[in-house]
Amino acid sequence: MSSSRRGDRDVAVVAFAQSNHTRHTDQLSEVELVMPVLHDVLKQTGLTANRIGFTCSGSSDYLAGRAFSFTMALDGVGAWPPISESHVEMDGAWALYEAWVKLRTGEADTALVYSYGKSSPGSVRDVLTRQLDPYTLAPLWPDSIALAALQAQALVDAGLTDEPRLAATAVRSRRAATGNPHAQLRGSADADELLREPYEVEPLRRHDCPPISDGVAAVILAAGDTARQLHANPAWIRGIDHRIEAHQPGVRDLTESPSTRLAAVAAGAFDAPLDAAELHAPFTAQEVVLRRALDLDDRVPVNPSGGPLAANPVMAAGLIRIGEAAALIHRGEAHRVLAHATSGPCLQQNLVAVLESSEGPHGTRGGAR
Amino acid sequence: MTTAAELLAAIPELAGVEPVTRVTIPARLEYTHSPGSAQTRFLNALPDKRLVAERCPQCTRVYVPPRGACPTCGIATSEQLELPHTGTVTTFCIVNIAARGLNIEVPYCYAYVLLDGAHVGLHARVGDTAYADVHIGQRVEAVWDETRLGPSLASISHFRPTGEPDADPESYRRWM
Repeated sequence: MSSSRRGDRDVAVVAFAQSNHTRHTDQLSEVELVMPVLHDVLKQTGLTANRIGFTCSGSSDYLAGRAFSFTMALDGVGAWPPISESHVEMDGAWALYEAWVKLRTGEADTALVYSYGKSSPGSVRDVLTRQLDPYTLAPLWPDSIALAALQAQALVDAGLTDEPRLAATAVRSRRAATGNPHAQLRGSADADELLREPYEVEPLRRHDCPPISDGVAAVILAAGDTARQLHANPAWIRGIDHRIEAHQPGVRDLTESPSTRLAAVAAGAFDAPLDAAELHAPFTAQEVVLRRALDLDDRVPVNPSGGPLAANPVMAAGLIRIGEAAALIHRGEAHRVLAHATSGPCLQQNLVAVLESSEGPHGTRGGAR
Repeated sequence: MTTAAELLAAIPELAGVEPVTRVTIPARLEYTHSPGSAQTRFLNALPDKRLVAERCPQCTRVYVPPRGACPTCGIATSEQLELPHTGTVTTFCIVNIAARGLNIEVPYCYAYVLLDGAHVGLHARVGDTAYADVHIGQRVEAVWDETRLGPSLASISHFRPTGEPDADPESYRRWM
């Protein structure tokens, strides 16, 4: 399966760890938040930091309110003697993409990928407005829930969903999270009860929105035989791709996600049936867009972990989707799982990865929790 | 170089239009920063004129202020210890340009002070001496600002020479 030829190496997720995501972590600095998760993921493989070939992280200074905040978190890695390291001001799923390229090209055999979001020091709803066009849109301060509401309303108007169906998505996600000890919101009231609550921003109610979370995720990637040595059941990345749409939400059809579709095609998502999908849809209505782009019907379990509606540490929630997808394979509960990550307003940028067990798509269907 | 007016002139609909050359878009985000467990212990000891450092259990290096992790080993610095108020200048510079918003008269001497027992320099000012006399290896001690004692490094006004002989270079060579 694996080849020593550069540029033709299979890469797998061999370990995944995450924090218990919570609304506040006031007592901890970022490195104090990150370090236990790094130790956890390294311990799973028996590797130490000095045996990792490449380290890549994702986070945002805008959440911390401090320049170069990631350099402080790097204290938790043990970056001495100096390591090969990189950082993206993006969700950790894109840090994983960079690490995947390093391993595919043979520049490293192992990679540590981690990301964290500590939203509690500021108002993440307002912080996220700063990613918008600075001249025409950011001065209006359209917060993340308002933009998601525009998208949800477009979907409702197009007849693609309605408020009861959105509520059902929230209930399904948070009830699935009862089996996930890391999730922040576990369990949910019934949909009809949720629908009696006031709007946050019409047509979205509180249950349609993700919780505000502080949290960390970490993954270890390994290539070829190294992956087989580190895990009995590696989660092979069969394909991974990411695509971006226009920055200005006004020029996009918010009911569609052509970037997700193209990334999924390139990642081979449609080449064989899926056992499960972990979608980075922080708002209920965004799951509708992603299901359409990915041709996911009700036979494929979506977000068995509870998804970002159950815990949404910004900058880590996408990497968690890849980690949760890999964990299903590690536990033998699935053979072929799709993981999706998003960035930007209203699903502007999307990454799709397809992970498989060593048996690949030939294994029995189902079995996801 | 093409000016904004020339660029606009090339677009028939905008010919003669006054170009927009400047916009002012105020943006303000407020944060409540929490320093974390290790720095909180350090800051909370300052009003009592105590300098609480932390030691790495693996490489035994002592960090002050502690950040909760040993950046060399990547593990928690779990052991707290109190350091004396004396140390050695390991590098310094004379600042001649006033920083905006900083209420300090220029020139002043900005230095790394390696507190006795520590393995990282503490950023501090050196005063009560002619700047021409400040030198690497010089022994100094903390001067506390009784009017500003609080959970902040402003509790230390500056460091001043103790008058002791210079430290043995071997004692600080590795920690400069």
